[in-house]
Amino acid sequence: MSKIFDVPLYAYTRSPDQDAATPVRHPVVIIGAGPVGLATAIDLAQQGIKTVILDDNDRVSFGSRAICFAKRPLEIMDRLGCGERLVERGVQWDTGKVFFDTRQVYEFSLTEEEGHKNPAFINLQQYTFEQVLVERIREMQADGAPIEIRGRNKVEAIGQHEDHVKLEVETPEGSYTLEAEWLVACDGANSPTRRMLGLDFDGQVFEDNFLIADVVMKADFPSERWFWFDPPFNRGQSALLHKQPDNVWRIDLQLGRDIDKEREKRPENVMTRLKAMLGDEAEFDLEWVSIYTFQCCRMERFRHGRTLFAGDSAHQVSPFGARGANSGLQDADNIAWKLKLVLDGKAPETLMDSYNTERAYGADENILNSTRSTEFITPKSEMSRILRDAVLDLSAHHAFAQPLVNSGRLSVPCTYDGSMLNSADALAAPDLTRPGSPCPDAPLGEDHLLSKLGNDFTLLTIDADAPDSFEEDGVTATRLALSVRDDPTLTLKRQYLGDAPAGVYLIRPDQHVAARREAFDEPHFRAALRRATGKE
Amino acid sequence: MSDNLILSPNLDHADGFFDALARAHDGLEKSSSDALNARLIFLLANHIGDNEVLDEALKAAQTSGHQR
Repeated sequence: MSKIFDVPLYAYTRSPDQDAATPVRHPVVIIGAGPVGLATAIDLAQQGIKTVILDDNDRVSFGSRAICFAKRPLEIMDRLGCGERLVERGVQWDTGKVFFDTRQVYEFSLTEEEGHKNPAFINLQQYTFEQVLVERIREMQADGAPIEIRGRNKVEAIGQHEDHVKLEVETPEGSYTLEAEWLVACDGANSPTRRMLGLDFDGQVFEDNFLIADVVMKADFPSERWFWFDPPFNRGQSALLHKQPDNVWRIDLQLGRDIDKEREKRPENVMTRLKAMLGDEAEFDLEWVSIYTFQCCRMERFRHGRTLFAGDSAHQVSPFGARGANSGLQDADNIAWKLKLVLDGKAPETLMDSYNTERAYGADENILNSTRSTEFITPKSEMSRILRDAVLDLSAHHAFAQPLVNSGRLSVPCTYDGSMLNSADALAAPDLTRPGSPCPDAPLGEDHLLSKLGNDFTLLTIDADAPDSFEEDGVTATRLALSVRDDPTLTLKRQYLGDAPAGVYLIRPDQHVAARREAFDEPHFRAALRRATGKE
Repeated sequence: MSDNLILSPNLDHADGFFDALARAHDGLEKSSSDALNARLIFLLANHIGDNEVLDEALKAAQTSGHQR
């Protein structure tokens, strides 16, 4: 087993807070040092907000867990100063193959968007992802950033108050009390925070069991995603093979409903199944095995007073489509700038309600997509299996049927249509960049557009005049002046203007479009900035 | 606006099509027949394409079954 699981990355050390006469109050406390908690903390600390992460453990998660990171989360991680490191360490893939019974029915390519800095996807073990984020936190600490991870600090009780949250924290040296102006619960699908606050988590439970295995293989399989429906080595069920770094392969085998979990998990039984799949001559070692079932559900609201829920604690989806960690990172992206404005007194507390509205909308989209994939992969009735198999058979002969094959609709970023932070669209330009959209990347010489956006409000002008900056009620938007000539590939023009001769965009700190118009109209953009900060 | 689902006679050869459809199932096991029908539904649906027409067809099929 790789050493990374065994080494404490944030070992317990005594905090002065434990010896304080009265409980110390921090602006933000985050529960859970998984991908979502770490990303939220980095984002806040990067903007100068003092942040404490509490985790009941002291090391990265065991087993590969989340392994597919999509472009939008990688762009977010770029803004947080560690995207390039993640891409370097990950495996890139762009080909997927679908098999039905003994034959390949078709093959697809993830289309790379020309001029975007990040790939469509990388595969990377969750523990490596977490390790890179902890490294980033260590660097920030060395530079004096106000961020702290407290290992083996387990929250035992939570008290909600009007303007803060009170926490009872258990440590190896006894318990202490801590206060937070805002609490962000990133403590996973079984969230103890949710349980302690007595909140529901409703949705659809799927009864199929899946065996998940990481194997270290010497074989030279290509870096592709292979998905099998009803293969000879797993009759009536599905299978997935996916490559991770360091010759580790992820294998998912559907096992069906009523199984003996303990028996299936025994290494000799797992090896028998894997040999049937990979062939007798394949040489491999088993690194990690787990059996899981899943549910598609979410909390009714992600904000409860001064407590916010993010990632799996707020919503859970099936694994098909890689919509778990990827959506959690978009939660982090949405929370941090809003909390910063509220804590700085530059936006009303109700701005945090827009976190709930926008990310619940995203969660519904993910739940819908992942539920449909699950229904296709694990048909619930005889007729739905007949229809599913008809699609697979047709897809081997006719291109029209291939879009109907659903082995997981891979995570794409959410556009916050209808958000109360958006201003009405006032530019005849492509839908891709309508208010609510995450800004698509574009090449700018040696650099990229997205590296110039984010963390603060930006007024992007493309062949349009505007002041260098403007301030509205304490919030400043700074101009980024570009011309279509800055990008000879015309990606900027194609995505942001279309046939319009010029455009002005108000872009949020999380790189989502708040408003757009053909020219800088001051009252309009002042109102848009007020609206985007929850003041209209 | 899309065209509505055609519910007036529109087949070039009504008897011939019925015959061909029934004959296509001759000698097939129930499971193969079901699969054939399913493939045919998807082929026809793709040819139609228009989601409103498909929705209307689905509703028309749901509401025109024999009432027992």
